[in-house]
Amino acid sequence: MEIIISVLAGILFATAIYNILQKQLLRIVIGTALLSHGAHLFIFTMGKLKTGQPPVLTEGVTDYTDPLPQALILTSIVISFGVTSLLLVLAYRTTKENNTDNMEQLRGGENE
Amino acid sequence: MSNLAVLPIIIPLISAIILIFFNSKVTISRGLTKLFSLISLGVAGYIFWYVLENGTIILETGGWAAPYGIILVVDSLAAILVLTTNIIAVACAFYAPHTGLQKRENFYFYPLFLFLITGVSGAFITGDLFNLFVFFEVLLMASYGLIVLGGDKVQLRESLKYLLINLFSSMLFVTAIAFLYAVVGTVNMAHIAERVQEVEQQGILTAIGILLFFVFATKAALFPLYYWLPKSYVVPNPVVSALFGALLTKVGIYSILRVFSLIFVYNIELTHELFIWIAGLSMIFGVIGALSTNNIKLIIAYNIIPAIGFIILGIGVLNQDALSGSIYYLVHDMIIKSALFLLVGVVAYVAGTSDLRKMGGLIHYYPFLGWMLFVAAFVLAGIPPFSGFIGKLLLLKGAFADGEVVIVIIGLLTSLLILYSIMKIFINGFWGDKDTMGEFKKKSTKGLYTPIVFLLALSVILGVGAEYFYPIVDSVAAYLLDPDIYIDSVLKE
Repeated sequence: MEIIISVLAGILFATAIYNILQKQLLRIVIGTALLSHGAHLFIFTMGKLKTGQPPVLTEGVTDYTDPLPQALILTSIVISFGVTSLLLVLAYRTTKENNTDNMEQLRGGENE
Repeated sequence: MSNLAVLPIIIPLISAIILIFFNSKVTISRGLTKLFSLISLGVAGYIFWYVLENGTIILETGGWAAPYGIILVVDSLAAILVLTTNIIAVACAFYAPHTGLQKRENFYFYPLFLFLITGVSGAFITGDLFNLFVFFEVLLMASYGLIVLGGDKVQLRESLKYLLINLFSSMLFVTAIAFLYAVVGTVNMAHIAERVQEVEQQGILTAIGILLFFVFATKAALFPLYYWLPKSYVVPNPVVSALFGALLTKVGIYSILRVFSLIFVYNIELTHELFIWIAGLSMIFGVIGALSTNNIKLIIAYNIIPAIGFIILGIGVLNQDALSGSIYYLVHDMIIKSALFLLVGVVAYVAGTSDLRKMGGLIHYYPFLGWMLFVAAFVLAGIPPFSGFIGKLLLLKGAFADGEVVIVIIGLLTSLLILYSIMKIFINGFWGDKDTMGEFKKKSTKGLYTPIVFLLALSVILGVGAEYFYPIVDSVAAYLLDPDIYIDSVLKE
């Protein structure tokens, strides 16, 4: 199971990077969203995937689900949600002000 | 007394929340920000004194013992950096009301400013790798707000790039933490450091170490990952540039210092040798950038990169002298970079342009400003007896003792070129005939000089009074060289 999820995370990373390297702004935003999904799935896998086990470490229980990766993912999801929404607004405003969504034209000169 | 550790995070946080309610009343916001930053500075000063007297403060949040809960660790290094951060915050809080912010101040400038300080202090204090990521995000979120404030065409364009590069490196940070967690099964830094020594496959740990280095190097703007820095630091207001230049890249370099003096210290031949090369290249390319432009803000922004190079050189060499040089240089650079950004902000404001080719003869109107820039250039380049000299002397001494002769030569050459790049502002902008700029209307600089004089005076004291500061820095370096002290004090074994 871990192998499959790892490969899935890898595919998400690859598509994310492909999208980030595009010129169109919206594709880049989608790329970053995919990147965060990949990262979250990856943390999840790192805590080992188990079903039906209690998420606590008590005496006598040797087989338990690690609760820490889940806490980490939750934090990370909230953060990337916030950043993505900010990024969308920023991308929208940038496009409006600069009249282009092509990164090639958003380079800029020296003395501005 | 362990609750002291949380104060540098809590005070700016609560102040920021209070200030949100006074958003539309600019005068109250200004006054409160000054007051809160002074309180915060007082507390940071007390913590600094307390840590020097009584040793590391450790706070186990929620009462959870060390490896399980999040812990806050204020050791001597964190205490020094938190104090410096608060000094810069005070200077910026007093400078901000007098700049051209007017229309922007009531768009949550002051709350964002204080949130930034919260994030920076938190990143210095935390003893948990994932919590470090969270504080990175706190300070980055505030910085996204600050950099875009005003919403000019150019500003929006550069903020977008800044946000994208930081979002990308943050996600890599999370991934690196996940890798590390899979190998050692913990995110507490002391606990990681302890377990790293027991791991059998050191190769994978080195790979994770390099991945973490990549993340921090992006934030710290090291060669070859500095490409995002110069332009995005130029577009916002001078106060924001000063805060970014002084604090944000330094958080990145602090993380490298912490992680590579505590956790990844078993494969020094590979990782730390890499740092020395990167240090040299950062110095060369940064200073070339500074020489290549006529935009005065860009000159200062490019000068961040060689400074980061100097600091990482000490981490790469990793001996007593070089590390104390790194820490001295870190504090020195935080203060002088903010002073320079504020200075250049005044120069650009009075001249009405940041293009050096359009300036000239300013010294006839603003002699004091000119001489301040002159002194700042000397401090930055490391002319004795100013603070840059002490840091560089220690760094180069350490590197020389380690047999890294090439890097010493590069460092000395870079210092000369740094001096030249700032002197270029002085020569082209301040010298020349009185009427170089044609009809010139003198603008008021009321209130703008005081914070700069304060920061410059501190830089000079840091250099002249090295006798008093050196023993502190030296003890911090000795402390960093022995990771067991940190591990033992956190895990209480």
